[in-house]
Amino acid sequence: MSTPERPAADTPDAQPHLAAAPEPGGPAPDRLPAGAGPARLAVRKTYKLYVGGAFPRSESGRCYPVTGAHGGHLANAALASRKDARDAVVAARAAFAGWAGRTAYNRGQILYRVAEMMEGRRAQYAAEIAEADGIAADHADRLVCAAVDRWVHYAGWPDKIAQVVGGANPVSGPYFNLSTPEPTGVVAVLAPQRAPLLGLVSVIAPVIATGNTCVVVAAERAPLPALTLAEALAVSDLPGGVVNILTGRTAEIAPHLAAHADVNGLDLTGAAPEEAAELERAAAGTLKRVLRPRPDEDWTADPGLARMTAFLETKTVWHPVGR
Amino acid sequence: MTDTAPPPGAAAPSPLPPDAAVSNAALRALLHGLPGVDEVGVQARAADLATRSVKTTAKARAIDLAISMVDLTTLEGADTPGKVRALCAKAVRPDPADRAVPSVAAVCVYPDLARTAADALAGSGVAVASVATAFPSGRAPLEAKLADTRRAVADGAAEIDMVIDRGAFLAGDYRAVYDQILAVKEACGPAHLKVILETGELATYDNVRRASWLAIHAGADFIKTSTGKVAPAATLPVTLIMLEAVRDHHAATGRRVGVKPAGGIRTTKDALRNLVLVNEVAGPGWLDPAHFRLGASSLLNDLLMQRTRLSTGSYPGPDYYTLD
Repeated sequence: MSTPERPAADTPDAQPHLAAAPEPGGPAPDRLPAGAGPARLAVRKTYKLYVGGAFPRSESGRCYPVTGAHGGHLANAALASRKDARDAVVAARAAFAGWAGRTAYNRGQILYRVAEMMEGRRAQYAAEIAEADGIAADHADRLVCAAVDRWVHYAGWPDKIAQVVGGANPVSGPYFNLSTPEPTGVVAVLAPQRAPLLGLVSVIAPVIATGNTCVVVAAERAPLPALTLAEALAVSDLPGGVVNILTGRTAEIAPHLAAHADVNGLDLTGAAPEEAAELERAAAGTLKRVLRPRPDEDWTADPGLARMTAFLETKTVWHPVGR
Repeated sequence: MTDTAPPPGAAAPSPLPPDAAVSNAALRALLHGLPGVDEVGVQARAADLATRSVKTTAKARAIDLAISMVDLTTLEGADTPGKVRALCAKAVRPDPADRAVPSVAAVCVYPDLARTAADALAGSGVAVASVATAFPSGRAPLEAKLADTRRAVADGAAEIDMVIDRGAFLAGDYRAVYDQILAVKEACGPAHLKVILETGELATYDNVRRASWLAIHAGADFIKTSTGKVAPAATLPVTLIMLEAVRDHHAATGRRVGVKPAGGIRTTKDALRNLVLVNEVAGPGWLDPAHFRLGASSLLNDLLMQRTRLSTGSYPGPDYYTLD
């Protein structure tokens, strides 16, 4: 993000060599007045992947240009390869036991913390989706608010989903029969190509709220909000590897994730309609849970439970009644 | 010295008569007359060779070679006859879905389970290897070590993995180590003897080179890096130094001693790096299960997964392989 004007008061006391010889009356507040020095060089951000809690470059060394809605160049994003997808699955698998083993209440707390971190970056998200989608600033801000609210919505679910979809089943015998939902495992998520932030949040949060870990392929056209979301995830107590974000060609990475035997679920939301059937066929080879894309998905509507229950298994235990 | 050139005169000493009484002074003169190891050089050479890229058809052949070199190992206090039998079944046919996968070289167990393994592997061509001599510490009277060895051989072990007395070696009592290896070699009878140096406890690369020469001169058929109970276990520089020792011994005497890195080799990449090291340091003559082994347990599943990856094109998952 480039800032046209830079506040001047944030430097003098932070630099020891400037503060070495204090003036009798203390340092002058405006020792480096704005505009006095030479023009400032742009500090551009290198957009990288988010894998295992770290921000690596693509192992392939490739990147691709990301353009805004009006065709202007925004940044270069990493072009992830199948080996990046492989590494991301390894990271997600390693994180699964720890994440699923946390108490539901603790997962909810951590998800709420993510929402807190996103709230502090609202302006950055709004600017990014305004550039990516070519929408007005106030519209972008409303979408960001909806995305943060969506995350808060799912932060409430981890310790409630078991009561809603699990329970004590009525049986005609001297035993209890209890069903509880359990996470499916590692879920590969193809993020929606539209709605780069609200849609992204709406597919990631339900998957991890219930204890799954995920490998997300960000929207090919607008990956930058996903990488900024990764920066919020990285500072919000979410263990590394629970969410892994890849940027690149969905059509290149998705077949490898769909056929990967260590991936347990596949969310095809962002798959191109003509490719979804082939991906579902590949996923069937290892009996993955698959969530099919819905072309008319309305991201502003009440999300319901469908995205959480799609990646849950039901464990039922029988227990004799005590006397 | 450079790591590839044969060492000068001192490194190829005249073989000691194996049955003559050898004095500590003579062994000390021999071992301390070996050229010192260039620590930085050997690490750089090992790291350089580790960057070799082995892909596609070469990788497929290397994976099959590595599978045929595995000493499939279970050395836990919790080992049961059932677990050993399951491991033996896996050793004979590592991937039940694919008969083209070769058998491993041997199954390595504690001596009390050698009979179980021998029964399970009878007629399969897979050897039974047994650790002996108070593995892993080696802290027992010589009589106990020899009894341990004889019993394992009688129970069907074709290969014995002994540990050297690291305490005696580090104290400079090379004669004691030498005599013990000779005695165990005699107790082995027809069985092959692998001598475990436990390089993680030898402290320096110079000691690794000395221990290698000591074990070779005492009649070891194989020299093995580690028990797997001490970290670090089989590192590439240590394996490189041991490969140099067997290469130089072969050049001087014509006898080909094998090398077995064991412990810490878990991935296909680790295994392929070891094979590159063997080819580049000792030579292709060692690229054979008779002269190079990989002591491992979890490595085999990773080799099978990489094999599946090459043959099917999709990434495999551990859910589809045995837990052992």
